Amino acid sequence: MTCCSSSSVPNQQALKQRLDHERLLAASHDMGDGLLQTDLLVPAMHCATCIRTIETGLGQIKGVDNARANLSTRRVSVRWRPDAGGDADFISALSGLGFEASLYDHANIATEADDTGRKLLVCLAVAGFAAANIMLLSVSVWAGADAETQRLFQLISGLIAVPASVFAGQPFYRSAWAALSNRRLNMDVPISLAVLLALGVSVYEALYGHHETWFEASVSLLFFLLIGRYLDHMMRERARSAILQLSRLMPAGASRLDAAGQASYTPLAELQPGDTILVAAGERVPVDARVASGLSDIDRSLVNGESAAVQAAPGLDVEAGVLNLTGPLTLEVLRPAEQSFVANVISLMEAASQANSRHVRIADRTAALYAPVVHIVSAASFIGWMVWTGGDWYTSLNVAIAVLIITCPCALALAVPIAQVVAANRLFRSGVMVKDGAALEQLAEADTVVFDKTGTLTLGEPRIAAVLGGTDQEHAIASVLGRLSTHPAARAAAAAHPGTPGVLVSDVEELAGLGLEAVWKGRKVRLGRRSWVAEIARSDSKAAPESSASSEVCFAIAGGGIVSFQLSDTLRADAATVVRDLRAKGMTLEILSGDAAGPVDAVAAQLGIEKAFSSLKPADKTDRVEGLRAQGRRVLYVGDGLNDAPALAAANVSMAPASGSDIGRASAGLVFTGKGLSAIPVAIEVARATSRTVRQNFGLALGYNAIAVPLAVLGYATPLIAALAMSSSSILVVANSLRLNLVARHKAISPAGASLAEHPASEDAEPSVGKSDKAPSKPRLEAVK
Amino acid sequence: MSHLVILIPIALGLGALGLAAFIWSLRNGQYDDLDGAAQRILEDD
Repeated sequence: MTCCSSSSVPNQQALKQRLDHERLLAASHDMGDGLLQTDLLVPAMHCATCIRTIETGLGQIKGVDNARANLSTRRVSVRWRPDAGGDADFISALSGLGFEASLYDHANIATEADDTGRKLLVCLAVAGFAAANIMLLSVSVWAGADAETQRLFQLISGLIAVPASVFAGQPFYRSAWAALSNRRLNMDVPISLAVLLALGVSVYEALYGHHETWFEASVSLLFFLLIGRYLDHMMRERARSAILQLSRLMPAGASRLDAAGQASYTPLAELQPGDTILVAAGERVPVDARVASGLSDIDRSLVNGESAAVQAAPGLDVEAGVLNLTGPLTLEVLRPAEQSFVANVISLMEAASQANSRHVRIADRTAALYAPVVHIVSAASFIGWMVWTGGDWYTSLNVAIAVLIITCPCALALAVPIAQVVAANRLFRSGVMVKDGAALEQLAEADTVVFDKTGTLTLGEPRIAAVLGGTDQEHAIASVLGRLSTHPAARAAAAAHPGTPGVLVSDVEELAGLGLEAVWKGRKVRLGRRSWVAEIARSDSKAAPESSASSEVCFAIAGGGIVSFQLSDTLRADAATVVRDLRAKGMTLEILSGDAAGPVDAVAAQLGIEKAFSSLKPADKTDRVEGLRAQGRRVLYVGDGLNDAPALAAANVSMAPASGSDIGRASAGLVFTGKGLSAIPVAIEVARATSRTVRQNFGLALGYNAIAVPLAVLGYATPLIAALAMSSSSILVVANSLRLNLVARHKAISPAGASLAEHPASEDAEPSVGKSDKAPSKPRLEAVK
Repeated sequence: MSHLVILIPIALGLGALGLAAFIWSLRNGQYDDLDGAAQRILEDD
């Protein structure tokens, strides 16, 4: 990856080191006492050996107080003293150990989500403690304890239940209050009402009454519901952190040159139009800018879907997010970061996703139907009993509460989250990360799949499609040259000839933005841009061949003819199978691409997709997706680039490959890892099975209500019946949802799981781990797993 | 009856102790990295 221009090395390196250090300080936060904490993201860490290697490796750096690796979040926290004078270059220290790492900037990521999980867990623990103890006491009451003991037990139950349900019920009370103050009803309203009413009546009952109390019902209700709530939260949190692990965050700053030509690290927000910034080869351009000096090739594929690299020369405008490939560039900032291309894409995306929030989740749809029914039935039985008993409000209230508790959507509240959590786990193992349950619901209903081309249907790497002219010998030389470069087009040319028998080239030089030049048998040879190669070629061969839509890389020996390698982007290996599979599932397929018509049509023809649109801007893609939705279609959008982000947000549901842009991943509902597309049909299958299971769960829960509600309305419900109905229906719903683990089991997905947990520190990295670790026959822990 | 007066507080006290221990360990960050804890046990320091 690193730049190979090794002239003026010491100066450049010192500069880079200083900039890296400034970047490190900007991302660290002060722990007080002269101690700084820096968090690093190490996506590839995955086993006990990794933890040990990282912690001891970083611990040996001078000034480091301690390093603690967190395997669940794949993060390492390093506490260090900047004044100890150590070389605090943790990222290169980690890469020396064989781990790729990036700085984890707290400013960019809300850590609030972690806290909600923790709060839910505390509530769950309190509810569980209270439910278990009260249940123990209640069992002896039900078993027929004498009146005095019964009263004592009821009082103790009350002492536990009141504080426990006030504390553990907070998530529900808050959400119910929020819904009520917006004049809506959600599932939490009847829950809160039932818990609080039952609590109030039971307290009265325990103190003055002689009826049974509902303490165990209200607390175990909270316990079951909190389980569902926590699982739902865990699913989202796991997907969120998994997606975060993949991200190489957008550059949070740039090296700015001041008037004296001194470079310094500047945060993104402080860059002003007119500033001069440096972007090294292999880095992304942080803001919209114009090339001031330097010559290079840039890769715009993530930005606009163009598959071919473009030459960058002074005067060219480049968008934020473009990858600089071959040479260092000096750029003049055109717009501040908040007005950059990326920022525009984000605002388009926000607009699109607002339109998308119309989707009402199935749980809320059910709640909207169910909650009023619960309240009406309960109120009706209160009024009915008042009339029938001639104003005995006490008995009537008791019956009304029994109805509320029995109908309380315990199994109903578990029906959706349990099924979705099991499905998300099932997909997680196959390398598909589900961001939330809504994505699964929408995926089950999708009937149209819209693909982006570059990086989605294709790998985003060019391959040779055709070779025009040239002898075997020339192909072999071109192949040798191609192997010496990192430019994608040149790498593709390397495949021009299978072997390279006895080809020797010397004086190889890579010229940024032009290509490679070398000497073969005393003659100059060039591989690269047509116009540049033509300078040394025979003059009569200068006429370009028929203009082909795909890109090309040319080769010539001084005085010889031009050989042209026509390049095109290659399809993913399983694209054809997946397209067939999706058709069999009844999907309509379409391609929307930012690339030119030629390559897009070629891909469409190869896959047999009739509708393919090319040269689209981000807004065009969104328009098309919204057009489809206006026709009543439910759109699944599969895309990876920055230019796809608005369309990903506009579609009903979207999937992005893990290799795509950060923003693409952030706006997609599902993210899949691995080289293949086979995750798409599997995800659809699991989503459809999930929606079937959810409906079955509703059926089970409602079936219980159909039996229990009449009992409650007639006044026969006892706390024992309520407890039995509640637990058994919940268990049934959970058991039914676990069946989802079996869906699509027979289908092997491309090595997706493996790519999440692949070992980066292959054998060659091991010796650097530390001298003490060199026992050659040390058993590898992975083998045990 | 009289034995209940002793037994119930003991039962509740033990339960509350467990709850307090759980909440303490949660706040102490012991549940932050369950995957890591599962792996660390394999390393002998």
